[in-house]
Amino acid sequence: MSELHLPWLAASLVFSLLGAAWVACVRDPRLARQWSLIFSGLTLLTAVGAWLDFDLLATNEAIGYGHLQTQWFGREFFVIDRLSAPLLPLVALLHFLTALTTLNTKVRRFSFVSALISEAILLATICCREPWIVIGLLAAGTVRPYLDLRTRGQPTRVYVIYMAAYVLLMVAGWSIVEMEGQDQAHSLWAVVPLLVAVFIRSGIAPFHSWMLDLFDRSTLGSALLFVAPLTGAYAAVRLLLPIAPDWVLRSIGLVSLFTAVYAAGMALIQRDARRFFCFLFLSHSALVLVGLEMGTPRLSSPIGLTGGLCVWLSIGLSLGGFGLTLRALEARRGRLKLTEFQGLYEHTPTLAVCFLLTGLGSVGFPGTLGFVGTEMLIDGAVETYPYIGVAVVIAAALNGIAVVQAYFRLFTGTRYSSSVSLQIGERERFGVLLLAALILIGGIFPQQGILSRYRAAEELRQQHTEDANETTSSEPEQGHKH
Amino acid sequence: MPDSTNVMTALGLIVVAAPVLQFGILGGSSLIDRRLSERATMRLIQTATGAGLLAAVALLALMLPQSNPHVPIRLGNWVDIPHYHFSIKFVFDRLSVPFVILSYVLCGVISAFASNYMHREPGYNRFFVFYSLFLLGMVVTSLAGTIETLFAGWELVGLSSALLVAFFQERPAPVRNGLRVWSVYRVSDAALLIAALTLHHMTGEGDFDKLMGTASWPYGHASVAAREALAVGLLLLLAAAGKSALVPFSGWLPRAMEGPTPSSAVFYGALSVHLGAFLLLRVGPLLECSAALCAAVVALGLVTAFYAAVTARAQTDIKSALCFASLTQVGIIVAEIGFGLRYIPLIHILGHGCLRTLQFVRAPTLLQDYRQLENAIGDSLPRRSGFWERWLPERFRMWLYRFAIERGYLDACLNDYIAAPILRVFQWCDGLEQRWLRLLSGEPSDEAVSPGKSARSLDDLL
Repeated sequence: MSELHLPWLAASLVFSLLGAAWVACVRDPRLARQWSLIFSGLTLLTAVGAWLDFDLLATNEAIGYGHLQTQWFGREFFVIDRLSAPLLPLVALLHFLTALTTLNTKVRRFSFVSALISEAILLATICCREPWIVIGLLAAGTVRPYLDLRTRGQPTRVYVIYMAAYVLLMVAGWSIVEMEGQDQAHSLWAVVPLLVAVFIRSGIAPFHSWMLDLFDRSTLGSALLFVAPLTGAYAAVRLLLPIAPDWVLRSIGLVSLFTAVYAAGMALIQRDARRFFCFLFLSHSALVLVGLEMGTPRLSSPIGLTGGLCVWLSIGLSLGGFGLTLRALEARRGRLKLTEFQGLYEHTPTLAVCFLLTGLGSVGFPGTLGFVGTEMLIDGAVETYPYIGVAVVIAAALNGIAVVQAYFRLFTGTRYSSSVSLQIGERERFGVLLLAALILIGGIFPQQGILSRYRAAEELRQQHTEDANETTSSEPEQGHKH
Repeated sequence: MPDSTNVMTALGLIVVAAPVLQFGILGGSSLIDRRLSERATMRLIQTATGAGLLAAVALLALMLPQSNPHVPIRLGNWVDIPHYHFSIKFVFDRLSVPFVILSYVLCGVISAFASNYMHREPGYNRFFVFYSLFLLGMVVTSLAGTIETLFAGWELVGLSSALLVAFFQERPAPVRNGLRVWSVYRVSDAALLIAALTLHHMTGEGDFDKLMGTASWPYGHASVAAREALAVGLLLLLAAAGKSALVPFSGWLPRAMEGPTPSSAVFYGALSVHLGAFLLLRVGPLLECSAALCAAVVALGLVTAFYAAVTARAQTDIKSALCFASLTQVGIIVAEIGFGLRYIPLIHILGHGCLRTLQFVRAPTLLQDYRQLENAIGDSLPRRSGFWERWLPERFRMWLYRFAIERGYLDACLNDYIAAPILRVFQWCDGLEQRWLRLLSGEPSDEAVSPGKSARSLDDLL
């Protein structure tokens, strides 16, 4: 037991919930932002503490930090394992940066209270392995964007249809899984609802339309926080992959490959910056699912799975930063059209660099966080699907073109003349530099990050192998009974 | 007395570290908004380029007496986990050292030229950041000892080139051309990446020493079956074609001339246009495994040379004429490689790169030169009719002229038969998506997207 072994996770949950309660009592929006920054900063620090404590000092086993939970409930619901350890600081960082880069002109529209609550829900989701609690938290996470749409007076029909289907399918699927018990291969009635639920939440074609609608109608910050941590991928890891048969896994891989290319192509032709970002995100989100599906016992590709987990982190950070840059630009120019040159480079060269860096980071450009992860993902995809796996390369190529095209659209052209200064503020500069530093340092020194994801991949594969063995060993017994 | 291997390793590290530091300082200072002054920028570049060049020349001097000049420098595994490692290795041999010296010499000369050319330009700092990224990419690509390292350098060259073409970003044309260059490069990158992965899966190695045999360049021997060599080789040829503007990708080369003259000179006239040929030289032992592959390389080289020679004659501006002249030579170099030659194409690259840089740098003053010549002779310069002009029928000459002035219709073909159909499919899907969303949300269709109004090529998108 190390001296640093503190209830970091509990602290981060408490800070975000306490922060939400505190900020709710503050009337002045600017003061609310300041308090929100303090609490989300504390949450970030404790989340980083949880990660470091686990990664540097803990053993290979998943370790619970819930001594209080044990005392109160008799069991531990929230544990940190190798998969979730780095996702905690990622989620906390995205929330912190979103609060940090919210400009004075937008503080009234952005709800810091609900951001802190959704942060607590997300952190709890990532650290939970109990299927029903995961489902409950995933369902609770869908409320905030709905409230945001309502507050803005936007239609909620599309979002409600998709999210209701998502939650119902999860509940129905897992209910059937429980009814069938753990000692037999699960039927399609159990697997298919969970599969579709994962597809909906991850935005896999053709179940992705809600994300376009959300990005179109919601505030960019709240939509970003809802999708960037890739909660759908987490649902796949916890609910679907352990029980899905081989052909389902293959179909997940193939549909995700198709989505990666389709969304990359769609990103290329978009004329609205938000829709462009949404398709870019969908393409990357599908790539993560491709990687996750490759780590299952029968399609065993530890490299592909490691690549998928690396890409999960890198796109969380890169595309999170990319979205925040877009949000900063929108705060200056309103909704951005990609049909004309915006000429913003001279006003905000630092944002231009950040836009390019985060965009290229997401497509795995050399020297950035995603480079080695993308290479590994492609390696695994080509190994698992010798010909179709090339789709990952095509998707990466198209995404690269789309990112540079958007950069040219937004930052080049005749200098935009403005009566007010559009220069980057100090808080934004700090956010941009922090992101750039993380993306570049992670890219130049990738060993620790990749090793950590490899261990997470091994842990996941081990779990899947155990699950598969349990099912396989119980099947003859059943046959014997019949 | 220090061991010569240690000295060579130290020199090799300087060759690699110099552009890294140069880019790190210039890029880092720009990122934190503490840009260096013009004088400080130039001093940094002179110091880094000078140090890199001197180290490379010293290394060459130490290698010359050796019978088997081959100095690998391993920087260890960048990533090392079970089942996967990504090693960083640089190789100094008969191919890489001349090429890296050429890169340093030309980049050094051009940086001195550009310091005056770009003086007080608003984008002075930006130009030299891209320039440093380009130099870094060239050095990494030239010295790469593994195909993954080569790929990393290859991508750095691609990005810096596209951004430099779009350097004059207030005007739409350079930006459009920058995107065109980037699009072709991405295709080329994808082909190289797939080739690298295929090689990895075939041989389990990405190390050139193991892929191409242990003997130093050009005496390596690849142990790959002819059929496999053909498959991988064609992918590598596609990658080389994109990077070196071979047919059918030649359209990006004249477009790249929208960038500042110094970058056009050093990048598209001298260095980056030769990178495809460099790649083919590096994987020479692989080409030798398949006669069909060699034939394909020769054919592509000759077709490109013929195409560029014809097209160059109808160009109306000096930079376009020079770039097609450059492409003619690149085509010949590629054909030489396909014929199994190794030293001749290397010497051809070195000589051609230097000559073309000089011509590009002199290009802006060409009109002045002509004026001086005409003043000296007191008349306009005589125009002689060419050999073909006398012998070819008028109708064929007119067709050839149209073909040349339209640059072989290559851009139009790529647009009409490759880009446009793909974009149309996605636009049709986009229309369907929007209709589906309107149906679900119950909104009236006020923003219907008509495929007829949609973009037909990448140019239309920008």
